[in-house]
Amino acid sequence: MLTTRRRFVKKMLALSGYALGLGFSKISLANWIADNFSRQTFSQSITQLFPNQELQKSDRISLKLPRTAENGSVVPITISSTIPDVDTIYILSEKNPVPLIAQFSIDPDLETYLGARFKMQETCDVIVVLKAKDQYYQTRQKVKVTLGGCGG
Amino acid sequence: MKSPFLIFYLFINLIISSSLTWASPEQDRKQILTFYQQIFPELQLAGYAHGVYAIDADAKNSWQAIEEFPPYEFALEEGKELFNRPFNNGARYADCFPNKGIAIAQNYPYWGEQKQTIITLAGAINDCRLQNQASALPYAKGEITKLLAYMAFTSRGQLINTIIPEHSQQALNAYKQGKDYFYQRRGQLNFSCASCHVDNAGKFIRSEILSPALGHTTHWPAYRLNTGEMGTLHRRFMACNKLIRAPIDMAQSPALRQLEFFLSYMANGLPLNGPSTRK
Amino acid sequence: MSTIKIRSKRFAAYTLVRTLIAHPMETGHNKNDATGELIPAHFIQTLTFKHNGKVLSQCQMGYGVSKNPFFSFKIKSAKAGDKVSISWQDNLAYSDTLEHIIP
Repeated sequence: MLTTRRRFVKKMLALSGYALGLGFSKISLANWIADNFSRQTFSQSITQLFPNQELQKSDRISLKLPRTAENGSVVPITISSTIPDVDTIYILSEKNPVPLIAQFSIDPDLETYLGARFKMQETCDVIVVLKAKDQYYQTRQKVKVTLGGCGG
Repeated sequence: MKSPFLIFYLFINLIISSSLTWASPEQDRKQILTFYQQIFPELQLAGYAHGVYAIDADAKNSWQAIEEFPPYEFALEEGKELFNRPFNNGARYADCFPNKGIAIAQNYPYWGEQKQTIITLAGAINDCRLQNQASALPYAKGEITKLLAYMAFTSRGQLINTIIPEHSQQALNAYKQGKDYFYQRRGQLNFSCASCHVDNAGKFIRSEILSPALGHTTHWPAYRLNTGEMGTLHRRFMACNKLIRAPIDMAQSPALRQLEFFLSYMANGLPLNGPSTRK
Repeated sequence: MSTIKIRSKRFAAYTLVRTLIAHPMETGHNKNDATGELIPAHFIQTLTFKHNGKVLSQCQMGYGVSKNPFFSFKIKSAKAGDKVSISWQDNLAYSDTLEHIIP
């Protein structure tokens, strides 16, 4: 079992390799992660992720989501879009304590398509933002999350 | 449009016959099938194996999205490994079961003549372990769910084949006790299994749709989204009793084995489709 | 046993790659029912998806991703015999990686 310090060093080394690949320094990636995955409101999250950016509403993003989540801990989503040159996909859940669920870079060799499963704390909108070069596009869809009757 | 009077008539018929001791299991099964066919006229018999997903389209889409790459895959993989691993004495699970334990889940539970009791698959797994000097596994969750997942998987598509041996009054009694349990009101909320899963099948309880009891035994063990774990049918029975504020019968107790026997007989002819994912 | 499973399927216009990962994705806000203690946060933070060694997607995620995470991607053109890989690292510095050959 690694000691805490060895584990920290190991983590920083791994993160630095990952970070350099992304063009971040290792410290700035760690900061980015800490900032964007901390508990905050949705509007704080948006301001932090997309400072001074207009998130244009687009009907070229399609989301497959349940109307009502069977269980808020596993909500399946499929995202696809006809917007060209998308390089990043962001998934947010408006009323989650940490609104940002995940961010994915998308290489041109990939279709603009993503499937994932995520947690929702309560009924709210799921917002997907796509970045294509220097433009940002968004769409949103409401998912109901209930406490359930007898699912237990 | 289904007539509410007809449904009411059928339901009363079902309730009355459930209290008559001379209705045969086959009559019970046909009656309950007729009852459900009135409520769900478009649902084919095999469809009942999908439970509430057969009657709730939105939930079905969500479930199918998860079944694309279901979370029980890990339990299934481990189950196969565990199933093939020899005991300390060199024997294997395959030695305890017919057909080496492959594609046999549809024959459980069955009336065990020798032990004069209902043998469930989970019980048979532990019998095998005890015979080979391995300790019995807990019945609600954990390692047994992995073994059950593998055995259920090899049995997918097999039609449920619950037999009440004709000559055995004891087997028939066990069936009847299971049936009584199903229709018996209990607990603070004074519900029976039938209150929800027969009388109100297809209707909402708070925000959820109640599944018909027909087919309840087809899809176990199940990966439960709410616990993030694999669970057994008996674990679900226990949870249900807890939710209706009734005393909890323990997993694999005589009462729950009888209940499983009854439910499984009602589901004769339905295809097995475990392991599965449920909310 | 790996924590990662990868499946792929080639269609005419794309290759679908799906992955399922065994990971608790613990938020750090849940309590152990038995002891009443908080279960420490333990969740994947970064994930990399590669095709023949080239990074096609890098993901930063939080504990809002479900337990036993699932992701799917579509590669525009891939051939039988191509390699894809999924690698992840979590907040406790555990990691895993798996390579899969497209059939």
